Amino acid sequence: MILDYVGVKEINGSLIVLDDVENVSNEEMVDIRLSNGTVRHGRIVQIEGKRVVVQVFEGTKSISLDNTRTRLKAHPMELALAPEIMGRVFNGVGTPIDGLGDVYPVKKADVNGTPMNPVSRVYPRNYINTGISTIDTLTTLIRGQKLPIFSGSGMKHNELAVQLVRQAKISDGEDNKFGIVFAAMGVKNDVADYFRRSFEESGVLSRVVMFLNLANDPIIERTLTPRCALTAAEYLAFECDMHVLVIMTDMTSYAEALREFSSSKGEIPGRKGFPGYLYSDLASLYERAGMIKGSKGSVTQIPILTMPNDDITHPVPDLTGYITEGQIVLDRQLEGQGFYPPVSVLPSLSRLMKDGIGEGYTRADHQPLANQLFAAYARVQDARSLASVIGEEELSPIDKKYIEFGKLFEQYFVNQGYSENRSIEQSLNLGWKLLSTLPRTELDRVDDELLDKYYITDKEQLNFSAINNSPEKNDDDV
Amino acid sequence: MATNDVIYGINGPVVTVRNTRTFSMMEMVYVGDSRLVGEIIGINDKLTTIQVYEETTGLKPGDPVYGTGTPMNVLLGPGIIDNIFDGIERPLKAIEEQSGSFISRGASVSSLDLDKYWNVKIKVKVGDRLDGGAIYATCPETAIIEHRFMVPPNLSGTVTKVEPNGKYRLMDTIVTLKDDKGEEHELTLCQKWPIKTARPCLNRLPATVPLITGQRVIDTMFPISKGGTAAIPGGFGTGKTMTQHQLAKWCDADIIVYVGCGERGNEMSQVLDEFSELIDPKSGRPMTDRTVLIANTSNMPVAAREASIYTGLTLAEYYRDMGYHVAIMADSTSRWAEALREISGRLEEMPAEEGFPAYLPSRLSEFYERAGRVDTLGGGEGSVTIIGAVSPQGSDFSEPVTQNTKRFTRCFWALDKSLAYSRHYPAINWMDSYSEYFTDLDPWFRDNLGEDFIKYRNMITAILHEESTLMEIVKLIGSDVLPDEQKLVIETAKAIRVGFLQQNAFHSDDTFVPLQKQKLMMKAILHLYSKAKHIIAAAIPISSIMDLGLFERLAKMKYDIPNSKPELFDELINDIDNALATLTN
Repeated sequence: MILDYVGVKEINGSLIVLDDVENVSNEEMVDIRLSNGTVRHGRIVQIEGKRVVVQVFEGTKSISLDNTRTRLKAHPMELALAPEIMGRVFNGVGTPIDGLGDVYPVKKADVNGTPMNPVSRVYPRNYINTGISTIDTLTTLIRGQKLPIFSGSGMKHNELAVQLVRQAKISDGEDNKFGIVFAAMGVKNDVADYFRRSFEESGVLSRVVMFLNLANDPIIERTLTPRCALTAAEYLAFECDMHVLVIMTDMTSYAEALREFSSSKGEIPGRKGFPGYLYSDLASLYERAGMIKGSKGSVTQIPILTMPNDDITHPVPDLTGYITEGQIVLDRQLEGQGFYPPVSVLPSLSRLMKDGIGEGYTRADHQPLANQLFAAYARVQDARSLASVIGEEELSPIDKKYIEFGKLFEQYFVNQGYSENRSIEQSLNLGWKLLSTLPRTELDRVDDELLDKYYITDKEQLNFSAINNSPEKNDDDV
Repeated sequence: MATNDVIYGINGPVVTVRNTRTFSMMEMVYVGDSRLVGEIIGINDKLTTIQVYEETTGLKPGDPVYGTGTPMNVLLGPGIIDNIFDGIERPLKAIEEQSGSFISRGASVSSLDLDKYWNVKIKVKVGDRLDGGAIYATCPETAIIEHRFMVPPNLSGTVTKVEPNGKYRLMDTIVTLKDDKGEEHELTLCQKWPIKTARPCLNRLPATVPLITGQRVIDTMFPISKGGTAAIPGGFGTGKTMTQHQLAKWCDADIIVYVGCGERGNEMSQVLDEFSELIDPKSGRPMTDRTVLIANTSNMPVAAREASIYTGLTLAEYYRDMGYHVAIMADSTSRWAEALREISGRLEEMPAEEGFPAYLPSRLSEFYERAGRVDTLGGGEGSVTIIGAVSPQGSDFSEPVTQNTKRFTRCFWALDKSLAYSRHYPAINWMDSYSEYFTDLDPWFRDNLGEDFIKYRNMITAILHEESTLMEIVKLIGSDVLPDEQKLVIETAKAIRVGFLQQNAFHSDDTFVPLQKQKLMMKAILHLYSKAKHIIAAAIPISSIMDLGLFERLAKMKYDIPNSKPELFDELINDIDNALATLTN
């Protein structure tokens, strides 16, 4: 017997309260039919005896106490899955919006997923060649990793994400079965359109599944968008054996939607008004990256988040950094100087890098070289702050060398064209070339054997103009 | 099992039951038809509140709730070591066999393998009087750990029946004990213990023995004692987990309990991978032979995250009572505190600082007080050392979890972002960190490493402090204007930082450095320092000393001199003398 419940008891934000509800289960889906014929969807979020609280995905606008009929669907939120979802476009809760009709499901899966058993995980080791020097050399992306891009409004994170998608190659060359899941949360229509166009131009559109929740779409749907996207990604990876790259943008909008929803439920807020469970909630998304034993596929995540006011200690980037396996931080100053990609090297990190590089993966000198570049560039920052006080002229000769190294490093190593695809060999050799501008005795993170092999003593060879790849840049920066 | 108690309300992991008097506080219960594990956390005459350790999706009002009559407890017996459990001691490998690569709800598996036979050797005979904690039998648990079966702490009596040595399963009775009231108790290979109750010991011992970790900055600068407590606070990317891994691999405890509390799943699989490949130099066996893993990754249910810390601690205490030195790594206690906050929020309790419950400090202190070096009830000596990582929000050490942890731990290894940015690992900041154990351990260092060790250590500390004062000046006016003696301090401090404090976890020799070599390394640095000081006093410019390349050699001595050849330090000191002699001649 299917019962319709007429009317509601209470409306508060996106929540409605029903009374005298029988036989209801936690997280069950409901359909809410308004008297004008439109149907909205909702989910049970709290039960107290016969009183239940329902979260309405499309919002409670024009719902009154009497004009609804609510029906329980007797199952939790599920997503219809089939290999044919490739190339399709869905809204934030997984309803097709490309006019091609419903997906005929091979399988239906709960969008919340279930936690991966840690003993079933395969520790990720295969690196993904992105063709971007700063990422490949210093924050290597590994298949099965979750590596977010920390950006700010107006910076070139979308371009970087597109470049990653276009250039990403898996080292062992079996890139025939890859797919992209793109989840847009609260982004502008233009941005979603930019991604769609870029995917089309690079000829991957047929391999992309898009979940779009644009800036003017309901926030409750936004809280479900990444879950739908990841459910699709897990299906493609672990049941269709594909290597799936998930791009989620913008996680800050997601967290804000969560905050809005939480405060309408009257929950006790934690830092900056975000709910106390923000960490667990973000973790339930990010932890869905990885590889499992017995399956050929993988889920790699590149979440993008804009740091409000470029503040890395804001709860969203802060908690994200604690969950993800590193981060790529973009820097406004580098961006302002016209460098692309504006990757701020020092705070960027890839935790899985150490086991996916070196002999047998990239090259034996990779780790020591990366350490030395980090150490040298950190020293550049010290020299610069000193120079800002006493002036560059007054610096000791060695500090001046570092200043020079810093400039070259940013100009040639960090800076690279939007369409330039560097091999790992090229990036590593460029790193050595840059280090060779410093005296050999300064290089204390690498052993003599490597220095003998790679340190360039012939200063004539240290000519960088040949690899200048940004003709639009002014020469007076050098 | 029939029950009249049914679910009334559901809010996230918190479930309520109305009008019941069946349950007691902290009792473990099963919720719903799929029997999800839960715990009673609040009782009044109308509502009983349960926190459920698994996802509550699909539960309905009216679903049954079954009591167990006992508090949340763990099963203690052979098979714990070399195993990986979730937060409530369910073995993840068995769950994998049952439900595949993803953890489904209501998985019911026994904590320990009930069918495995253990090779038991009985240690008592009929008529023996046994008290709580007495060892009545042993069996080899792994190649290096002997499991000792102990009479539960609250039981004592006379042995009335003993089985012969041989192979037994976990639930087989091997000894029967008659207590003073005349009641008979069957002792098997296992016992149960509630996780939130500390296991008793005879008395506590002072913190006079160091836990040797082979990490120079810890052993020399900020040592921890066996039975001590340490906190490792640091923002993301500063290397908390790396430091914990290093300690778990190399510290000289007999058994390691590694609790991954609300952290990354890939990290746990890394620990599993690495530890099974890594050979313990002392025993020649894989590290897993002395390690227990508790994995409650950040996407596993939050209530079980709260329990995981206690589960780990109880397992550690159980092995302590057998007479082992146990070190427990809790990564990260902040996630545990957040779990407390989350559950407290669901219960609509009045929040204190930053939404954390007011009982946060008392929970933290209860936790850290369970560490200690003790005389066990069985007459041996054992210890539990707690090393807890703290993940401060926004890398701000003034937040409640860090501040409260600081009050209850005696070692504070502050990880520093700027050190981590320049890839100086371990990124333990020598200015902000401290160890209160240093004075307690002083006699041990004197007895085992000689007076020099303490002297060198104090000199090194003094140079680093002087450098930090000088750097204030350098930051304003540059280092060129400093007099040569002060430049020497800066150069020596650099040699200490790069050559001594920085340690390469990926280098086969440098990953673990014996105390003797640590001492000699300090000696070499200080030797050059004092010699150079004399030369500078004789008005020879520091630049000519720098040109000798001696400081570069100090920076690389950790790689150049293998751990097994400490005699090479004499050569190094000789070389220093010879090189400096060329200047004075």
